[in-house]
Order: sequence, then C-alpha cells, then structure tokens
Amino acid sequence: MSALLYAVVGAVLFALGLYGVVAASPLLRKVLAFNIAGSGVFLFLVAMADRVRVPFPDPVPQAMVLTGIVVAVSATALALLLICLLRELSDRPREAADDGH
Amino acid sequence: MNGLDDTPAGDVMNASSPLLRRLAALAALAIGAGLAAAVGSLPEPPAALPRQVAAFLPASGVRNPVTAVLLNFRSLDTLLELAVLVLAATAARALSAPRSVAAALPPPDPVLAAFFRLFAPMALLVAGYLLWVGAHAPGGAFQAGSVLAATGVMAALTTRFAAFGASRWLPPALALGPAVFLAVGVAVAGGGRSFLQYPAASAGGLILLIESAAALCIAAALAALFLECLQGPLRGPAADPPGGPR
Repeated sequence: MSALLYAVVGAVLFALGLYGVVAASPLLRKVLAFNIAGSGVFLFLVAMADRVRVPFPDPVPQAMVLTGIVVAVSATALALLLICLLRELSDRPREAADDGH
Repeated sequence: MNGLDDTPAGDVMNASSPLLRRLAALAALAIGAGLAAAVGSLPEPPAALPRQVAAFLPASGVRNPVTAVLLNFRSLDTLLELAVLVLAATAARALSAPRSVAAALPPPDPVLAAFFRLFAPMALLVAGYLLWVGAHAPGGAFQAGSVLAATGVMAALTTRFAAFGASRWLPPALALGPAVFLAVGVAVAGGGRSFLQYPAASAGGLILLIESAAALCIAAALAALFLECLQGPLRGPAADPPGGPR
C-alpha cells in the first residue's frame, strides 16, 4: 500500500518538475525543476521495486536509481557551469561595445 | 565574432508568456493525473527478474543483491555510467576557468581547518567501511565515493590542502575507474566467458577491486565538478576588466 502512495507521489513530483521545466523562465529554475522531475522518477522506481518481495525488494530498479542519482548530480553540475558560461558569453557584446571600436 | 554574440541575453532568459505557462500547467496536470491513474491500475508485478537475481546471487561473489546487479549482472551499465561521469567531469574541466581553486576561495578559517583535521580520518574510515560492507549489506562504490567526494570538498573549503594540485591528481583518479573496470572485464574474457563475465570463484575479489577504483573515480568526478563550478566559467578576452591585457 505504501508502495502505491510513494509511486503516486513520484508521479506528482514528475508532473511538478515538468511544469517547471517548461514554465520557469530562469535557466537555474529549469535545472532545479528538472531535478525535481528526476527525483519523482527515482521515487517511482524505488516504489516499484518494493512491490516485489521474493525474497527481497527488486534490486534492478534500486541499482538503476543508485547510478541515476550520481549521473543526475554530475549532469546538474555541468548544466550549472553551462549556465554560468552562457551568462558570461551574453554579457560580452555590451562590454565589447564599451571598449569603443 | 560568433553566433552566440548575436543573441542578446534577454532572448535566452526572458519570462515565458502566460499562455505558455497555462498550457504547461494543463499538460503537467494531465500527465501527472494520467501517471497517477496508471500507477493505480498496474498489473501484478512480474517477479521473474528478482527471482533470477535471487537464483544467481550465490554465483555473483557478493551477498547484497543490489551490488550483485550493479557490479556483476549488469556491470556493463555501471561501466558506461562511470564513463558518463568521467565525460561530465571532463566537459566541466574544459568549460571552467583555468585558474587555481585557491584563488576562488576565502582564506581558510583556522577553527574549521582544525575541525576538518579531526573529521577527515573518520570520514575516510566511513568511506572504507561503506566500500567493504557493500558486498553483503547496503553500501558500495557509490556511497563510498559520495563520502570521499564530500571529504574532498570539505578539504578544499576548510583548508588549502585540496586546492593545491587538485587539477593534477583528479584526472588520473577519474581515469582509474573505467580503466580498472575495462581491464578486469577484458582479463576475465576468454575460455568460454564473455567480456565482464567473472569466474564465480574470484568474483568477490574482482568486484571489490572494481568497486575500490570506481569509488575513487566517483569521488574524483563529484569533487572535480564542485571545484570546477567554484572556479567559474571560462572568461574570454572581451571579459577582461578595462586596463587588462589587451
């Protein structure tokens, strides 16, 4: 029963994150929303793993979540760096114009 | 200069329109409701896969089913996942400013530094324990790697220790994970066994060897990503302050 609850919460988190990815305007918020959606997927997978008990919860989704979390963290760090780089690059034209060529 | 300069920052970062927001809310609501309804009507789970894991667990060399799946039954996935980590850390290294981390940090607080000296041996002990316990209980390379990475980040923030030479020793540690994994995978192949198919007798030791390298690799990747973010992005010549090298 609790597995079902967690799975529904995972679906809700995924939908919330999806809305954020589309509707949020700052890129940082999009990245955060993407992480929320990803957490929903992880929660869903773990909840699905708990439905099987022969003789332990299904280890395959657990392994997927374990690797997925690490990949999500590193992809988030890369995305943050890309956002910083984008800001750096979009500030350039103004500064170049200030130099007065 | 290049295409990116033609795009003003406003175009990339401006607010989305109310219509788009409403559409997105509707779509997210529909998808969420559909997913939740689908969860309620899921059929009884097919137990074939966990039964197979349980049946082959004695031959996997470890007693923890999650570790058996990660490092034995689906080890190719884990190898590729380490490759993704190395790729992300390498890309971050390429994008970040080539300045020293020490320059991006405030001077270390002596109290924090003293606390870190007390804390570091315990953190290393916990990481080693997690690595070892993964064979028969929850734990393993990912957990140990995260603890090691956190220790590295703390070292960088509270002392100058990790800030010096981090860029020199992080890449070899990164390469170690996939390299050891690949080497073991190739070494066990042959004699009727395929790539990464460990012989049952030595599987436990091989898994521990791979996990040790993977933990170092994961720790190096996570710590490197943190340090690269701290250093900030590459700066072009136009971003130099006025009166800079020009």
